[in-house]
Amino acid sequence: MLYREAGDFKTSYAADQQTFPIKSERYLFWAFMAFTFLVVPFIADDYWVNSILVPLLVWSMVALGLNILTGYCGQVSLGTGGFMAVGAFACYKLMTGFPELNIFIVILLSGAVTAGVGVLFGLPSLRIKGFYLAVATLAAQFFLVWMFNKFAWFYNYSASGQITAPTRTVFGIEVTGPSAPPWAAYLACLVLVFVFAWVARNLTRGRIGRSWMAMRDMDIAAEIMGVSPLYAKLSAFAISSFYIGMGGAMLFSLYLGAAEVTEAFGIEKSFSALFMVIIGGLGSILGSFLGAAFIVLFPVLLKNIMVGYFGWPTDLAAHFQIMIVGGLIIFFLIVEPHGLAQLWRLTKEKLRLWPFPY
Amino acid sequence: MNAPVDSKSLRAAEQFQLSAHQDDIAKGDVLLKVENVSLSFGGVKAISDISFDVRKGEIRAIIGPNGAGKTSMLNVINGFYHPQIGTITYRGQPRHAMRSTEAARQGISRTFQNIALFKGMSTLDNIMTGRITLQKRNVFWQALWHGPAMREDIEHRRAVEHIIDFLEIQAIRHTPVGRLPYGLQKRVELGRALAAEPALLLLDEPMAGMNLEEKEDMSRFILDVNDQFGTTIALIEHDMGVVMDISDRVVVLDYGRKIGDGTPDEVSKNQDVIDAYLGVPHDE
Repeated sequence: MLYREAGDFKTSYAADQQTFPIKSERYLFWAFMAFTFLVVPFIADDYWVNSILVPLLVWSMVALGLNILTGYCGQVSLGTGGFMAVGAFACYKLMTGFPELNIFIVILLSGAVTAGVGVLFGLPSLRIKGFYLAVATLAAQFFLVWMFNKFAWFYNYSASGQITAPTRTVFGIEVTGPSAPPWAAYLACLVLVFVFAWVARNLTRGRIGRSWMAMRDMDIAAEIMGVSPLYAKLSAFAISSFYIGMGGAMLFSLYLGAAEVTEAFGIEKSFSALFMVIIGGLGSILGSFLGAAFIVLFPVLLKNIMVGYFGWPTDLAAHFQIMIVGGLIIFFLIVEPHGLAQLWRLTKEKLRLWPFPY
Repeated sequence: MNAPVDSKSLRAAEQFQLSAHQDDIAKGDVLLKVENVSLSFGGVKAISDISFDVRKGEIRAIIGPNGAGKTSMLNVINGFYHPQIGTITYRGQPRHAMRSTEAARQGISRTFQNIALFKGMSTLDNIMTGRITLQKRNVFWQALWHGPAMREDIEHRRAVEHIIDFLEIQAIRHTPVGRLPYGLQKRVELGRALAAEPALLLLDEPMAGMNLEEKEDMSRFILDVNDQFGTTIALIEHDMGVVMDISDRVVVLDYGRKIGDGTPDEVSKNQDVIDAYLGVPHDE
């Protein structure tokens, strides 16, 4: 009953193209945002922040990036893990090379470096499409991981080949490093994700977003309408890699604190990012969050139920968890191939008329 | 969703007039000239030695039996194919190997024989895409959205709403085009081509697969576009009744060659044209 659009008239085009066209939805959104910014940092304990909230935010950032490329522009990429590694190593080199630089600026610059690398590996997309492009981006994944292992300059010649985030502060509060309080990392992630989700929404609703979607839906017609494939595809690669690079930098500096390239940024990371955008919903900002939530949170939830509640042995629970998540992925793809975001959209359509559908 | 009624934009829409791309070519002068154009794919000659012109403000029909090279001709005009021989002069400028994005920027817009809409996008977004070459704000303004990018978008929205009114598709504004019936999709595609405010509008079989009523609507839209916006139109069509009624001049192709050119009356009396349509064997 709360979700009503009756009496909510649109009197301008600006009002018609709002992100949340229905008033109650808008209020709900801002209430939720206020909750995440003002309440969660005080009530969340270390376990919640470290194993649920921060990974969720980091992976949302990555999923947003991949969704721009795959969901909006239609270019399949399996290089996500490699691009995250670029972001993480750029972050490490910047943090150690310029100790006085603010961590937010470091993360933005890491994104920019990754954008450059993304454009480079996006060049084949001008010639090849679909599965073939996916295989070409796979080359980026393997090449980048190999490169960060091979050249010791990237990890500052440390004996273990690991990179470790030094301590950095914002407004005198430690955000990275071993002694940083978890809520600080959470807030830093939240600010970045909030701002860049908003930017992603802005980009996808305007001219550049339309040129990406046109390229995705019918590339020849798009070209004849005046969309330059070079610009549309490479800008999608650049912006997508920018997000993924920031995600990688956040994963390394704010979440893990230390990383080893093959382990943290392997091919399975590329796949799980792709699963996130497919399950969450291709071409949907909300879908990126829902997909990330599904892939990140569901295993944790299952583990807690099976080990914590039923008291099963951990190894058994781990296997069950893989099977159940796999089964659910198939279930969701059959029920709604357009992802969780579409399910949410349909629910809202029903809610608009509930309880009197006629 | 409620249809937006913006009193300010309504007033603006009243004053607003879509117009063809501005240039200094007078009505009736040659806008596009095709001279001795030949196009072949390997050993297949799609077009051989064709010359004709399109005058500003007219409706020019290109007709011919299947496989005559009509669509190839349109593809040559909008830069999708590059002819091996011959010159194309557009607005008095000869051009060579132009890319189709460049042609779009110079005011050549088109629809397709098999609908080529962006299926995942709404009607509104499809038509807005037609104005992509007219929108100028760069990525940074768009990332901020609130401010110049939004103002620009709304300004273009106003023009697009004018087209939506013109084509009488207000009710499907927010519907994804993949869900629309065929006749409406054809109409949305015309809207998308019109949104670019083209100087030269190329229509590839705008009435294929339509029933009588839809054909009448589409003919009315084509005549109105020509009349109200001053848009020059080159169209391919198989329905001879429609072609003879709405076009000013007709060029007839057969097997990649031009066999007739003139007013509908002249063409329909031309013996070669009658032979081509009745399938009289060619004496090669």
